[in-house]
Amino acid sequence: MDVLLDNLDLYGPGFLNTVELFLISAVGSLVLGTILAMLRVAPVPVMRAIGTTYVTLIRNTPLTLVFFFFALAFPLLEIVNADTFGGSAASYYFSAALMALILYTAAFVCEVVRSGINTVPVGQAEASRALGLTFGQMLGSVVLPQATRAVVPPMMSTMIALLKNTTIAAGFSVFQAGSISLNLSERGENQLIGLLWVAAFFIVLVIPMTLLQRSLEKRWSIAR
Amino acid sequence: MSSVLFDVPGPRARLRHRLYAALTIVVVAGLIGFVLYRFAATGQFEGKKWSWLEYVNIQLSLVDALLNTLKAFGLGAVFALVFGAVFAAGQLSDHKIIRVPSMLVVELFRAVPLVVLIFVFHYGVSPGPPLYSVVLGLTLYNGSVLAEVFRAGVLSLPRGQSEAAYAVGMRKTQVMTNVLLPQAVRAMLPAIISQLVVLLKDTALGFLITYDELLDFARDIGSYFEFGRPLIPVTIVVAALYISMCLLLTWLATYLEKRSRRDKKVIELEKNPAEDVVAAAV
Amino acid sequence: MRVRTLAVALLAGGLALTACGKEGGPGDTGTAPPQQVATDVKVDGSPTFDKMKNRGRVVIGVKEDQPGLGYKDPTSGKFNGFDIEIAKLVAAKLGFADDKIDYKAIPSAGREQALINGDVDYYVGTYTINDKRKQQVAFAGPYFTAGQDLLVKKDDNEITGPETLKGKKVCSVTGSTPIQKVKSEGLTEPENIVELQTYSLCVEQLEQGAVDAVTTDDAILKGYASQSPTTLKVIGKPFSNEPYGIGLPKDDKALRDKVNDILDAAISGGDWQKAYDATLGKSGSTAQKPVLERY
Repeated sequence: MDVLLDNLDLYGPGFLNTVELFLISAVGSLVLGTILAMLRVAPVPVMRAIGTTYVTLIRNTPLTLVFFFFALAFPLLEIVNADTFGGSAASYYFSAALMALILYTAAFVCEVVRSGINTVPVGQAEASRALGLTFGQMLGSVVLPQATRAVVPPMMSTMIALLKNTTIAAGFSVFQAGSISLNLSERGENQLIGLLWVAAFFIVLVIPMTLLQRSLEKRWSIAR
Repeated sequence: MSSVLFDVPGPRARLRHRLYAALTIVVVAGLIGFVLYRFAATGQFEGKKWSWLEYVNIQLSLVDALLNTLKAFGLGAVFALVFGAVFAAGQLSDHKIIRVPSMLVVELFRAVPLVVLIFVFHYGVSPGPPLYSVVLGLTLYNGSVLAEVFRAGVLSLPRGQSEAAYAVGMRKTQVMTNVLLPQAVRAMLPAIISQLVVLLKDTALGFLITYDELLDFARDIGSYFEFGRPLIPVTIVVAALYISMCLLLTWLATYLEKRSRRDKKVIELEKNPAEDVVAAAV
Repeated sequence: MRVRTLAVALLAGGLALTACGKEGGPGDTGTAPPQQVATDVKVDGSPTFDKMKNRGRVVIGVKEDQPGLGYKDPTSGKFNGFDIEIAKLVAAKLGFADDKIDYKAIPSAGREQALINGDVDYYVGTYTINDKRKQQVAFAGPYFTAGQDLLVKKDDNEITGPETLKGKKVCSVTGSTPIQKVKSEGLTEPENIVELQTYSLCVEQLEQGAVDAVTTDDAILKGYASQSPTTLKVIGKPFSNEPYGIGLPKDDKALRDKVNDILDAAISGGDWQKAYDATLGKSGSTAQKPVLERY
């Protein structure tokens, strides 16, 4: 308990930064992932091919490598410079972490959305077209409500994974939950206890999300 | 082609689609062209930045790094599969005293980020060289996920399987190890392999605790002065290696799946639970 | 099936790679002129020396990732740097020529254990002498007096010392002593502190312009500056005192005295200066000769 209470100035900001990283990259990856999913179900073959290539490449690359590229190597291309993201070192590496998390997670979001849309039987769309619904009406009132049921539970798993993945930023100069322990050792505190507190925080955050996800999955899989 | 969302296109729609296709190609080609231009403009294609590939000693250390990645993957995969099988059986046990602790362990290790888990071992417990911490972390995390996968696989099997096995006089352990687990493994093979791909990718976390794997190699060569600090070329090479290894594994999964579909010994399940897990494996 | 495919792929890859391999390294790395190897050396009452004598070879613990100090060239596999020169000098005066030396790369965290276990005969590698370490190992020297300093770009005129770091991005290794000092003394704002895994990455970020300064011992910084003296410079105002010593087994006083004698002769003669000029001296900065502290 002492390790936690004596170092609240590390734990507090550390977890706040983790939550901030998580929220921004969650929104970003949901948007980008949905756009990618649209590409992957589009009627134009070229669009589908582009979506598929992106997803295949990113899904088979370690997130640590994506971090490595954006935090350390990307500035070499001089597309951005050190002052692009607000000027301070912290905001610069924080933005690099965001880019890595969003681009990586978007590939998984895309897969979840796509497989969700695929669970809706073709007959549903055909029937609604036969009734004379417009494309927008069909999407809004028939396909998406049914797809949501298949999308939300695995999407929650993806978001839980994203929350946990934010800790990789520890190796790339972003102060968050994963790097608390590295700072504790400077203060001569017991690292094991410090780390167990970090683990405990994640358990407290993740287990309720997992339980919610499971109950949704159970309820909606019966309804389908 | 008729998918859920779109009807078969008529002549005007086909024209429109062709326009979309052209627009997409222009935009994407523009994006790729811009990135390539930045690569060229900042000298990433200069011979000096790639010349490290020519040296025997660097090639050897690249092979070493690759072998270290595969070593962590191999050990992690074997231990995780064993851990998964044991804890799946534990979770399905009839005895509360075994079932509840197994569930707790699995939930616990799934909730803690792998980075934190590896840090706990490396900085907190220090069991030895970084490889130990990496393999321990990979085993516990992926083993727990695999335990869930196995459990879902066993639960998805028709009840008749275990009932028949009990009817011919098999004991509980026999039913589990001889009848249920083997079938569950087959049913869940796509999910298992995609979890192994996750495990292979996660070996890169060894980088954070200075395990000599591929990314660690990339960092060392990338900051090597004599070659103009070729951080981007070396990242490209390492990324290509990771992607091809993972694709090889995925290709293996599809191959096995196709083969098992021809095989009559596999039970066709109404709803394949593997699909959900595959989609969610991050 | 899988194993076979993998083995074939690896083999094919390996062949393709080695078929066009180059030996040796791209650049020449500085070495001082070779030392005269002493003959008939006697160190009475030194178990470590007896062990070396019986083996006919000497095993020296060094760093492999510090350019200009203790660095293993990834292309040639050879070690070079100031620490290596000192290690060679001591070996020569103990009667071991260059080809009788085995270098063993040992990272900071494993140094004491390597000496206690006898894995290495002695250790030369940015090893700061302090009382806590003296409880486990012995030190000869110091052979170099380092101090925390700053590495900046050659054309940077704004950073002239630790007091000018405010508003500047400062990089060092995660959890290291130098970064702790920057934090505790508030040399720059917390949001401008960058912590990476190695000094090489910090220097890389400095050259990219992502950070403004790298801080650690001046010896390490000079090593980087000696690689690219046209783009980097060391400020040269050390603000801490880190005497580097040669690590020896704790109870071997006979060898410690002998190594101190060797260092004494090298410092007062010209050998120490030659070793410095051939390695760290290429950074363009000079160094104070150390004063031995025998105990």
